[in-house]
Amino acid sequence: MNQNLYKYLIRLGDDSLIIGHRLSEWCGHGPILEEDIALTNFALDFIGQAQSILEYAGKVEGAGRDADDLAYLRYEHDFRNALLVEQPNGDFALTMMRQFLFDAFRKPLFEALTKSSDEQVAAIAEKSLKETKYHLKHSSEWIIRLGDGTEESHKRTQDALDTLWRYTDELFYEDETDKALEAAGIIPSISKIKEEWEKTVNNVLTEATLTLPTNGWSYGKGRAGLHSENLGYILAEMQYLQRAYPGAKW
Amino acid sequence: MSNEELERQFQEKIDNEIKIEPRDWMPDAYRNLLIRQISQHAHSETVGMLPEGNWITRAPSLRRKQILLAKVQDEAGHGLYLYSACETLGVDREDTIDDLHSGKAKYSSIFNYPALTWADMGAIGWLVDGAAIMNQIPLSRCSYGPYARSMVRICKEESFHQRQGYEIMTHLANGTPEQKAMAQDALNRFWWPAMMMFGPSDNDSKHSAQSMKWKIKRFTNDELRQQFVDATAPQAELIGLKVPDADLKFNESTGHYEYGEMNWDEFWQVVNGNGPCNKERLDARRKAKEDGMWVREAAAAYAKKQEKKEKRA
Repeated sequence: MNQNLYKYLIRLGDDSLIIGHRLSEWCGHGPILEEDIALTNFALDFIGQAQSILEYAGKVEGAGRDADDLAYLRYEHDFRNALLVEQPNGDFALTMMRQFLFDAFRKPLFEALTKSSDEQVAAIAEKSLKETKYHLKHSSEWIIRLGDGTEESHKRTQDALDTLWRYTDELFYEDETDKALEAAGIIPSISKIKEEWEKTVNNVLTEATLTLPTNGWSYGKGRAGLHSENLGYILAEMQYLQRAYPGAKW
Repeated sequence: MSNEELERQFQEKIDNEIKIEPRDWMPDAYRNLLIRQISQHAHSETVGMLPEGNWITRAPSLRRKQILLAKVQDEAGHGLYLYSACETLGVDREDTIDDLHSGKAKYSSIFNYPALTWADMGAIGWLVDGAAIMNQIPLSRCSYGPYARSMVRICKEESFHQRQGYEIMTHLANGTPEQKAMAQDALNRFWWPAMMMFGPSDNDSKHSAQSMKWKIKRFTNDELRQQFVDATAPQAELIGLKVPDADLKFNESTGHYEYGEMNWDEFWQVVNGNGPCNKERLDARRKAKEDGMWVREAAAAYAKKQEKKEKRA
């Protein structure tokens, strides 16, 4: 098996799975009915992405595991999502800021992955890109509206940015897995993705009248399987039925 | 034209199956009855998101999770069409929602029952959406145009919901002994509340006669309940589950199932706010509105600023 590709797909799939899980927690509790529908729809997009990415990861691994085995039967330290996506929803500003920082990373990433030398990766990226463009448009518009809305919304949105900023560096994590895949033309150079991300983030945050945190502190070892305390709770909930009734089909 | 003449023409249209549209003349009582019914229907859709929404994060497979997300999202969408249909009658969506939150407006009592296990996702889809379809199919021919049209689309989606619920139940009923027990337990808990979704028996229903005359309602509560039992009882049998009604039996001569007496005391208790989850459901809806207040204010403030900028430009 291509160990590197498997590792990469797990990172990509776990990011989608965990942020999809977080967004799904909003269902029925959104600030307005239209937004409830949007958040639930995005959750659905991300769970769909997780399904196709993890399904392919299972094939690449070649050990007979499917997407459900990978989602429901791995343990905390096997998950490779970035810490950003497992952060709690907080208020609507925190959820939207998390979403925006993530979407701004996902869009250039999927754009580049559509040119992957791996056909399956390219196909998944193609489909996900359509969704991601819409997600980014939606989250950017909210960040601008909230940042440049009322005094309260501005404060909440700035707080959200200050809280989440330390987790953004991890999105551009790179190790020998990435380097090998990049050499094989399967994934793009992460530095180009970062350039694009910075451009989007700067533009939107400026329009939103928000201030980039100057604190250079960054934290995140999710790609190495070291998570925040949040992931354990997410998995306890997500995997509950599979763990309580081993081997049952649903 | 005199009121009597307007009313006569109005009734004539209804008798001739011509739809009443928002700008047409209509009696105040007709308008008010529709506002009450459509807004309560809309509230039922949004409150109805809660019992199932509560299981999305615990859905047992990625496929089930996607289906459930799609289903609950559909319900939010139904709420949206219905609030829009209601607004064509001259009321504001947020005002009707405030009536829900103050307890003035009701919603379907079924959502005051808790969703305790995964099998409840099956039972709710199969029985609750199944009962809703029985109610809603005739509503797609109701005399008020916007309500009837919104029902056409809603019914298509509800029928998908009913099928996915039955599919969950079928899987569980054919699964491990624990899964089968889970399915039977869900049927035991949801059967009677689903039967009660059709409302009081015809002898005690205070709104029925006028609604029938105005063709908002086409069948009586008891007629619809009978259709539901006739459709659902054999489905339970097919997957080896037992309907929790000792009096349930098929009557060869009428071609219908006979069923036992309902616990009307429980029905009225739940309608009047004393069900297992009435407080939780309303608290959750109120909290969503309150927590979202600053978001809606920010959106309005931003829109105003943009408008000013455009004027200056």
